[in-house]
Amino acid sequence: MYEIVAKEALAPVTTRLLVRAPEIAAKARAGQFVILIVDEHGERIPLTLADWYPDEGLIDIIFQQVGKTTMHLATLGPGDALYALTGPLGRPTEVRNYGTVVCVGGGVGIAAIYPIARALRQAGNRVISIIGCRTRELMFWEERMAELSDEPFVCTDDGSYKRKALVTEPLAEVLERGGIDRVWAVGPAIMMKFCSLTAMRYGVPIVVSLNSIMVDGTGMCGACRVEVAGQTRFACVDGPEFDGSQVNWDLLIQRQRLYLDKERLALERFQQKEQCRCQATLGGATNAAR
Amino acid sequence: MPRANARRQPMPEQDPAKRRHNFLEVALGYTPDLAQAEAERCLQCRRPTCIDGCPVGVEIPQFIAALRAGDLESSARILKNRNNLPAICGRVCPQETQCEVKCVLARKGEPVAIGRLERFVADWEREHNPIRPEIAPSSGYSVAVVGSGPAGLTAAADLARMGHRVVIYESLHQPGGVLIYGIPEFRLPKEIVRAEVEYVQSLGVEIRLNAVIGKLYTLDELLSHHDALFLGTGAGLPIWMNIPGENLNGVFSANEFLTRVNLMKAYLFPEYDTPVHVGRRVAVIGAGNVAMDAARTAVRLGAEEVRIVYRRSPAEVPARAEEVVHAEEEGVIFNFLTTPVAILGDEHQWVRGMRCVRMQLGEPGPDGRRVAHPIEGSEFEMEVDMVIMALGTRPNPLIFTDVPDLERTKRGTVVADERTGRTTKERVWAGGDITTGAATVISAMGAAKRAAADIDAYLRSSARVW
Ligand SMILES: Cc1cc2nc3c(=O)[nH]c(=O)nc-3n(C[C@H](O)[C@H](O)[C@H](O)COP(=O)(O)OP(=O)(O)OC[C@H]3O[C@@H](n4cnc5c(N)ncnc54)[C@H](O)[C@@H]3O)c2cc1C
Ligand SMILES: Cc1cc2nc3c(=O)[nH]c(=O)nc-3n(C[C@H](O)[C@H](O)[C@H](O)COP(=O)(O)OP(=O)(O)OC[C@H]3O[C@@H](n4cnc5c(N)ncnc54)[C@H](O)[C@@H]3O)c2cc1C
Ligand code: SF4
Ligand code: SF4
Ligand code: FES
Repeated sequence: MYEIVAKEALAPVTTRLLVRAPEIAAKARAGQFVILIVDEHGERIPLTLADWYPDEGLIDIIFQQVGKTTMHLATLGPGDALYALTGPLGRPTEVRNYGTVVCVGGGVGIAAIYPIARALRQAGNRVISIIGCRTRELMFWEERMAELSDEPFVCTDDGSYKRKALVTEPLAEVLERGGIDRVWAVGPAIMMKFCSLTAMRYGVPIVVSLNSIMVDGTGMCGACRVEVAGQTRFACVDGPEFDGSQVNWDLLIQRQRLYLDKERLALERFQQKEQCRCQATLGGATNAAR
Repeated sequence: MPRANARRQPMPEQDPAKRRHNFLEVALGYTPDLAQAEAERCLQCRRPTCIDGCPVGVEIPQFIAALRAGDLESSARILKNRNNLPAICGRVCPQETQCEVKCVLARKGEPVAIGRLERFVADWEREHNPIRPEIAPSSGYSVAVVGSGPAGLTAAADLARMGHRVVIYESLHQPGGVLIYGIPEFRLPKEIVRAEVEYVQSLGVEIRLNAVIGKLYTLDELLSHHDALFLGTGAGLPIWMNIPGENLNGVFSANEFLTRVNLMKAYLFPEYDTPVHVGRRVAVIGAGNVAMDAARTAVRLGAEEVRIVYRRSPAEVPARAEEVVHAEEEGVIFNFLTTPVAILGDEHQWVRGMRCVRMQLGEPGPDGRRVAHPIEGSEFEMEVDMVIMALGTRPNPLIFTDVPDLERTKRGTVVADERTGRTTKERVWAGGDITTGAATVISAMGAAKRAAADIDAYLRSSARVW
């Protein structure tokens, strides 16, 4: 069992959990992820290692509540424990001193770009960061990103906070100025696709982190297969980071939709159960009040 | 009085019409009367040839004799002395090519049903009187075992009985390897695997789950904490055909399909969270045990039409004979001498069919099986909406990160001495599918047993020559 020691609501649908996992914390590197199972009936889901604290033996995971498992996860808190936790998985980011790099994080992808930007900064790179969300209330870790950036950009799709723009706009501006050696982008597939197209326009290499559906996370099943440079690769062991200019984005997006109908069913069932539970507790509370 | 002329007792089975709709065990097991009658067929040969066919050397006539005498406890003790996982072996060993083919009665057509008797005794033992073997006094040595499949469990159990401290490192969240994630519930109930794993734990073996070696620890890190290391990580990497359309939605590796259903219990979705896709018309490519399991699982999940597509002829089918018969009884269609050359997608990138070609058999290849060649101009389309690739597996290279001193073959298997399991890396032994490529439970166990004996000898010798 893997104990949850702290919980923070970063945004209405984004939660941060601090989990006790000393062995993983000791080994974690930027760009890697874990696979966890909430309870005995649970699914294995991959989440990026957003941060880790080897001295305290803790890891940070940050997730957006999009379906059954992540919503269930968000109901847990200190005192609860995860049924299973495996990691660190995936190849770490190739951290070197490239010169000047741009790190783009979109939505919950901010959690994933943070350790990458930090590692690149520590390796001596000049770091330009661009983080963006749909709307103001989804923004998080802005200060953390600012702290390690030589030049931070912050934007929202709807303009409710800071600049009104998609992340690709500041990215294009920065690339237009020149002197950029490499770009990293993590976020929804569609965002990474357009970041890649933008970087390609300027002939700058771009690295993306592919979030395909996974089961084991060790290369055994092939659920996570993606196509890079015309070749089939397994995101869990060959990635998750790949050359963004070579990714078959349509295939990634198509394969992410594989279980759409089943995911919806699982979510509806979960929400019904939760509702029953809430009503039961409410009922209990009113009874007690009488 | 042995009744060698009596017919081999049939195994009671669930009716095919019923079992198509459930995941309950197909073979129901002998009743005491059937077991007694079958045991009486054994001639108790002076020089029993059957034992030669068993990679772990089960003392077959002895356990059968005790069973016949009604002393099930002794029978179980004899069985377990050589075989740590008899309830599993009794169910999944390919007996027709192992012990039973060597039985003297096989020559007359009907060998003693050794596997069924083994299952009967093991099941009795589990339900009545679990055997606690003697454990040697502590040696003070510690051995790391990587992987908790049949090889890892066998090595761990033997080493623990020899007095060593044993820690198994397993990457998944449940122990058992293929026994838990691959072989379906209807052939090998997971309760039985769990009971056999608990037996291994009862010998003092510690199992550390969720530990991916190569990621969480390197082999060298494990070697700095343990005196010896046994590698039993199997061959878990699916092989693909590399034909167009293989990444379409609706194409799965058998590993993914079976892992979702068995390990993650997707057949109980939405009671369990993990979903699985099932098509209406399913094609399984390949004809090994894995293919049979995938096909029969698809039948149970409600597919209307399930076919095995195999490039060779019935004579070359590598699956256990019993599984083929069971699959046929359950309505699985067999398309022999056929292979897909492309998978076709619809406008939503879902599978809608396969372009196939007919094959003919030529001369035997290096593995002794006849090589199949495509017949020119024989292409045709097959209408399917799900394709499961069951073409075999290779060892997963994940574990080999940063171990240049561990020699491997071109096929990715670890080079190890056949008799001792020693690899080219000092203090590292290996056995099972990781050295042979996808093989059998019992051959993995046999290799593990030999390695355990050698590890014990090595640890206790003062010279420690590698
Ligand atoms: C290497 C890797 C790292 C990841 N890191 C993070 C992270 O740090 N934080 C985070 O919030 N999410 C991350 N994800 C995505 C996360 O795994 C999924 O959001 C999660 O599995 C959804 O599970 P669910 O049961 O809640 O939703 P589901 O019911 O499974 O899905 C709900 C919706 O999410 C989509 N979805 C499902 N799986 C994925 C996926 N793997 N990637 C993208 N969309 C998906 C579905 O298409 C559906 O629309 C990562 C994925 C990968 C592969
Ligand atoms: C679907 C299917 C049906 C089969 N049916 C039969 C049958 O009827 N009869 C028969 O005799 N054989 C059958 N086989 C073959 C048989 O199961 C294998 O030959 C046998 O399981 C091999 O045992 P093993 O211990 O070498 O490996 P495995 O059983 O594969 O176990 C290896 C273990 O190591 C773990 N592991 C892998 N990498 C790492 C790592 N880096 N760190 C930690 N742990 C790791 C894996 O998770 C796994 O638990 C079947 C196989 C399959 C897939
Ligand atoms: S373990 Fe397998 S091969 Fe050995 S006797 Fe039992 S059934 Fe036969
Ligand atoms: S060879 Fe057959 S008949 Fe002879 S002892 Fe073995 S099982 Fe019995
Ligand atoms: S998740 Fe199974 S191979 Fe990548």
